[in-house]
Amino acid sequence: MGMNCIIIDDEEMARIIIAQMISNHNELKLTQEFSNAMQAIKYLNQNEVDLIFLDIHMPDFTGFDFIQTIKNPPKIILVTSDKNFAIEAFEYECIVDYLVKPITEERFQKAIQRANSVKPSFTSIKESKTTIEDKTNEFYVNIDRRLIKIEFNSVTLIEAKGDYIHIKTDVKNYIVHSTLKKIEDKLPKDLFLKVHRSFIINTKKIIDIEDNSVLIGKDVIPVSRANRPELMKRLNLL
Amino acid sequence: MEQPNLNYINELSGDDEVFKQKMIAIVKTELPQEIESYQSLLKSQNFIAAAEMVHKLKHKISVLGLEKSYYLAQTFEENLKNNNIQLQNDFEFILERMSNFVTSLK
Repeated sequence: MGMNCIIIDDEEMARIIIAQMISNHNELKLTQEFSNAMQAIKYLNQNEVDLIFLDIHMPDFTGFDFIQTIKNPPKIILVTSDKNFAIEAFEYECIVDYLVKPITEERFQKAIQRANSVKPSFTSIKESKTTIEDKTNEFYVNIDRRLIKIEFNSVTLIEAKGDYIHIKTDVKNYIVHSTLKKIEDKLPKDLFLKVHRSFIINTKKIIDIEDNSVLIGKDVIPVSRANRPELMKRLNLL
Repeated sequence: MEQPNLNYINELSGDDEVFKQKMIAIVKTELPQEIESYQSLLKSQNFIAAAEMVHKLKHKISVLGLEKSYYLAQTFEENLKNNNIQLQNDFEFILERMSNFVTSLK
């Protein structure tokens, strides 16, 4: 049985390469190409798609944002210039393979075989892992193809910077390709608090608080009006 | 020193000359645009966005067969994410070689 495919990649050259490879496979039918994920979401709401070739690195809305947005993702083959996302990729059951650009025909063939052999699954492993993660004392970030362990207790604050988050700890700072929302879900709620749309702080690291800011180490972090009541609740006020 | 080449494009195209010409036309169009964006972002010291553009250029680097340069670009991309412009000259030398090669393509 044939598979209806779509391609989502902001780079035209990448789309053309994948389209060419799809055309070499009789069981695949390319139904649409998209240069951004938002257009693809609309299409998926109205059309049946069996397989998506999805670029991770896209402006505004990344491939992972896309996966988390759609309700019942079909099988997905990730396509990227970066090997660093491999670990995160395996957290989603819908992702059947991971192709690093430039894609070769041989590797593409293997990915299609894998897509054919995997049954569709609509559940994200992330959902079932939540209870286990709540009990751990650390989390791992993927930097330069290495998984680096960071203890929750050592984190002072996390700042959103575009498609990246800046994690500051007592000893070192890390820049990780992720969002504040994603890391917020991983952090223990009793220790961390989002005080501003761009900042999560470790409440144990607070030195002092002024009207609309909090001092963490040497950093003065803004506290938005909406988040201030929750912050005040956490404090053991005299 | 490794030189830009069409090995990957030739391999992908096989006998399909139309596809090959299409690929070359896209590289000729996209490469100068991406280089211009990168230069503009770096000039305005928007390092994170410049790193994104380097990331995008990495695909062109590998499509043009510059395997070693790809790793240099990867390190430069990481440097930019840390507000560090180390390897800028080496990276821009790669871009220059690619530009010259792409311009010479018919």
